[in-house]
Amino acid sequence: MKKRWSIFLSMLLLASMVLAACAGGGDDNADGGDGGSDVPQELKVNINTEPPSLNPGLAEDSTSGTVLRNVLEGLTRIGQDDKPAAAMAEDWEISEDQKTYTFNIREDAQWSNGDPVIAEDFEYAWKWALDPANQSTYAYQLYYVEGAEAANTGEGSLDDVGVKAVDEKTLEVTLANPTPYFLELTAFYTYLPVNSKIAKENPDWATDAGENYTTNGPFHLAEWSHSDQITLEKSDTYWDKDAVKLDKIEMYMINDPNTELSMFDNGELDWAGSPTGALPTDAMQALKDDGRLETQAIAGVYNYKFNTTVEPLDNANIRKALTHAINRESIINNITQGEQLPAMAIVPPTMFQENEEGYFPDNDVETAKEFLNKGLEELGLSDASELPEIKLSYNTSEAHQKIAQAVQDMWSENLGINVTLDNAEWNVFLDSVNSGDFQIARMGWLGDFNDAMNFLEMYKDADGGNNNTGWEDPEFQKLLEQSQTETDAEKRQQMLKDAEAIFMDAMPVAPIYFYTNNWVKDENLKDVFVSGLGDVQYKWAHFE
Amino acid sequence: MTKYIGKRLLYMIISLWLIVTATFFLMRIAPGNPFASEKKLPPEIEANLQAHYGLDQPWYQQYFDYLINVVTWDFGPSFKYKSQTVNDLITEGFPVSFVLGFQAILIAVAFGVLFGVIAALRQNKWQDYSTMAVAVLGISVPSFIMATFLQYFLAIKLQIFPVARWESFMHTILPAIALAAGPMAYIARLTRSSMIEVLANDYIKTAKAKGLSGGVITVKHAMRNALLPVVTYLGPLTAGVLTGSFVIEKIFGIPGLGFHFVTSITNRDYTVIMGVTVFYSILLLLAILLVDIAYGIIDPRIKLAGKKGE
Repeated sequence: MKKRWSIFLSMLLLASMVLAACAGGGDDNADGGDGGSDVPQELKVNINTEPPSLNPGLAEDSTSGTVLRNVLEGLTRIGQDDKPAAAMAEDWEISEDQKTYTFNIREDAQWSNGDPVIAEDFEYAWKWALDPANQSTYAYQLYYVEGAEAANTGEGSLDDVGVKAVDEKTLEVTLANPTPYFLELTAFYTYLPVNSKIAKENPDWATDAGENYTTNGPFHLAEWSHSDQITLEKSDTYWDKDAVKLDKIEMYMINDPNTELSMFDNGELDWAGSPTGALPTDAMQALKDDGRLETQAIAGVYNYKFNTTVEPLDNANIRKALTHAINRESIINNITQGEQLPAMAIVPPTMFQENEEGYFPDNDVETAKEFLNKGLEELGLSDASELPEIKLSYNTSEAHQKIAQAVQDMWSENLGINVTLDNAEWNVFLDSVNSGDFQIARMGWLGDFNDAMNFLEMYKDADGGNNNTGWEDPEFQKLLEQSQTETDAEKRQQMLKDAEAIFMDAMPVAPIYFYTNNWVKDENLKDVFVSGLGDVQYKWAHFE
Repeated sequence: MTKYIGKRLLYMIISLWLIVTATFFLMRIAPGNPFASEKKLPPEIEANLQAHYGLDQPWYQQYFDYLINVVTWDFGPSFKYKSQTVNDLITEGFPVSFVLGFQAILIAVAFGVLFGVIAALRQNKWQDYSTMAVAVLGISVPSFIMATFLQYFLAIKLQIFPVARWESFMHTILPAIALAAGPMAYIARLTRSSMIEVLANDYIKTAKAKGLSGGVITVKHAMRNALLPVVTYLGPLTAGVLTGSFVIEKIFGIPGLGFHFVTSITNRDYTVIMGVTVFYSILLLLAILLVDIAYGIIDPRIKLAGKKGE
């Protein structure tokens, strides 16, 4: 009967609130700041969804990445200065030609069940991911290792992959090319080790928390209640455990930005928003006005890709006209509202600092008109209205739709070019973009590792999987290839910049903005580290 | 009776087969595939995945494999959630959705009938007007608005309930109310109108003339007949609550099955789509059967055996 009563009471309350609703003001100062002297070191965050897999070889998404980065540790770990630092590997030697890395694994590196972390654990994990029988969709992240691509595509043997446990604590890695950012990669989740002793015996070791899920990182996996909650606890066997302050992290799976913010306001979460969750866009302005919103640039770019194989987008001047006539500032201020950076370049400023300015001014209508006239002349047309129909495609989402409508308006106002909008469900959209059945399509790209190569490589070949634009350029290709073997960091950087310049001159893609992460957090929570790629680490986090 | 139920079960199997077939073909006609993502896979790896999951087989082979999966009740692994099989998803998610749905139906029926009866007994008085005003609100406010509204006032402002999640009994109340509001209002209106109709019948007047108390007349004589439309509504209500729980589960962060029912389609998670659809279909077909049987028990005038199967 108690239950009935509480329901009845709440119904009464509800009824009275229907009448009182109009009087409800917008003051929410019921913040749950504890601020006591004896602060419990327990963090509550939202990770949005169930991580699809906590096996590093099968993980392919940021949610799984977030959990993995905090429970496992690779040869290197991205440190608080955003540079790879020694982690499982105490130190390493790099050969003269920069193709062979010899990692020395820490003597005191242990799994949470007491097993030592050995070189074999890395060799096993990498080869497992590369084995075509294991369906690892992210195995291509390992293609930098010699023989990896051949083994993964079934053309070579796993025995020829350039990773070898020389002895218990020495791992020798041979690369296909000198890869200046290889130590960045060894911190990425596909490169994480697996307790080979357990994994060999039990192929399903990663499906649940328990004694089979051993970890070697700052935290261990205490509980995994699928689609509901993951609990991490501080690991006693971690080599750097003195640096770890949090005792417990509760990760909830709330897939609704409004609920996430409400829970934060109610003290049920210590962090709301990126990189693990999301904030409702309509709350951004209010949070900014309160001074609570924190913003950090991340390596990612929101693009409009042109299909350069169809008319009239095969004309570079038309593409340039369209790109110059976009008012990015206005899109950011009125639609996305997350302090994003207008993008007039393709490589994020977190990699190329000078790209904060970009290659051309934002909203440059005059230049756009010049390009348009040039383009029309080349096409033998006298007026923009004679251009063939242009269709702008995007996948279903309120933000994408609003941006597309704004751009449609800018193009028609500034250039007199009429564009139709085409909205499709995510999978349908991907299908048409990947088969080249589009004219202009929205696409985003988030960096996997902190190097400009990650943002240029996909445009190397016209038929490359992520190019979509049908554009390629021999000069661009040559520069990228040279950069692969260039061992001098500065020269290499210059080559990539030159390549970007070629790309921006042909403009197969109209960059719109560089992504940012926006969040609110408990004011006593310190030292949660979010890298330039937007990856979060709780290793150093603590409450004051 | 047994003959009737046997016949109904046979029809259920046929309906199920039609549902499985339609789902299978619609699912495969839809563009896209489970491995599509913003970062495209190398073609060799995609081909390898297709082969692993049997997607490279001819369609009839895949179709028969699916039929066998349904019969053996083994839907295989989820494409997206690699640590779980479809059976895991159902056994973990359904109990949660069931508790949520059951509470919601309980609230909807209990309060709906109560309000409906009060409104009918006090027809055209303030009790009638106020309960029906609330009912109109309940029908016209969508459940997700109701949910945010409840969260804002009862959880954030008054601090009575937690905002979201599914841990204790207190956590279950807000989502159950949000899910129940619409059906409750509908039941209230349904009860009111049929109650008014029944109250005007001669046998009620006879009961009154015999000097029976108002309570006995209402409960024993009037309500029994007035509830028939409500029982009829229970079938579609179960369907609505089960499939409609997606929005509520999302807003309150509840690890139920409704979430997979919807997201599996956007993910093109073929095995989950099939498993969850078949599971829900069986449940709904059973619910309809139960409602039909309950019908005969409440009103003996309805002869099940003589009724034609739908």
